[in-house]
Amino acid sequence: MTNKVLILVGTKKGAFILESDTARKSWELRGPYCETWPMNHVIADPATGTILAGGGSEWFGPAVWKSGDLGATWTHSSAGLAYPEGETPIKAVWSLAKSGESLYAGVDPAGLFRSDDGGETWNHLAGLQNHPSRPHWNPGGAGLILHSLLPHPEDDGRLWVGISAAGVFHTADGGETWETRNQGTRADFMPEDQRYPEFGQCVHCLVMAPGMPDRLYQQNHCGMYRSDDGGRKWISIEAGLPSTFGFPAAVHPRDPSTLYLLPLNGDSAGRYVPDGKAAVWRTRDGGETWEDLRTGLPQGNTYFGVLRQAMATDRLEPAGVYFGTSTGSLYASADEGDSWTCVAQHLPTVLSVETMVVED
Amino acid sequence: MPENLACQPVVVKLPGALVRLFPEAPRQVEIPASALVATVGDAIDALDRRWPGMRDRICDSTPSIRRHMNVFVSGERATLGTPLKPGEEVVVLTAISGG
Repeated sequence: MTNKVLILVGTKKGAFILESDTARKSWELRGPYCETWPMNHVIADPATGTILAGGGSEWFGPAVWKSGDLGATWTHSSAGLAYPEGETPIKAVWSLAKSGESLYAGVDPAGLFRSDDGGETWNHLAGLQNHPSRPHWNPGGAGLILHSLLPHPEDDGRLWVGISAAGVFHTADGGETWETRNQGTRADFMPEDQRYPEFGQCVHCLVMAPGMPDRLYQQNHCGMYRSDDGGRKWISIEAGLPSTFGFPAAVHPRDPSTLYLLPLNGDSAGRYVPDGKAAVWRTRDGGETWEDLRTGLPQGNTYFGVLRQAMATDRLEPAGVYFGTSTGSLYASADEGDSWTCVAQHLPTVLSVETMVVED
Repeated sequence: MPENLACQPVVVKLPGALVRLFPEAPRQVEIPASALVATVGDAIDALDRRWPGMRDRICDSTPSIRRHMNVFVSGERATLGTPLKPGEEVVVLTAISGG
């Protein structure tokens, strides 16, 4: 059986796909897809082999695009992907996640939708809008976006979401009711005596450890955190990192204690890699210690950033790690981050990176 | 209104970027008078019946014509409530947008 690996890339101007064999040494680029709409998140549904892309066009509004033939042909739909008449319309889809037979979509302005027919039609899970904190949510720099979606792998009713800048929320009843999960995360942009609020933190990226659904990591606007109890309490794991600021986080496919980050130099310092030198930072012990991975990455005059959904791993052994930059480059590692190769340049701004392993 | 004019279809011209999203859709659509299209909103509903999803591309959920879409009737910028007469031409355009 021959496998191939796909890197699914969402950009400001369409979706792209890179393809390689499992050696992951040589990559071929295809695209742009989705009529060059901004695509905030492109994911694979491993159960069906379908590729799904969520985004929104300034002209034509939000939609989820779908390809059942690895990108050769696409359809799109936004049936039901709307708030009630009179409310602020949805600008774009920001995040997608598959859970069992259901597909979830997070949107801007922040809200959650579910599809039970593979993305053909959508239903609003209005419970999130009914949370008492909702009138107090404020947008982050990218808007009031629901950008992180973490379904529990064994319990269909449980789901975590990350909203900028409202924080982390959890439901145990399929989206009817929600509670905040922000204890221990800072809001440095608030007055000194209000820096640990119940909600309002600017979570940048929320990820779940493999095989340990209650172990969550988050890159926040103000620090890096781990929780071992489903987000009820967060502890800082930023000691040893060059910065408390960054956007993406990516978990290892099998090791719950291994995590990849790409810290940037600070929220008011340009938001590019520190000292103009690119590095991915890896922990193998849940954030107790960190090591910088630089082999093959540019080590001078480098001023890119990496956005919140633009880093991912694959499920091969050893794991591949990938990230795409604000300047349209894509870097890949086939050895768990030890060494890197630039596999695409001159793409539009990269908004998301995900992977798919295909068995022929 | 003379009977022959009352029978004339409403003609809708669609932008290329829109019809590319609906592979069967032509650039120019005739909506027959029998469809009883009285407003721009009615015309867009008629388009949506032929190409499901097209309304969502032209209109948002407010509902109104999307901010970066323009619809003109007889050379004047229209809203969903703009009345249409038989034989009238509706031009849908993508506005200036992007970066």
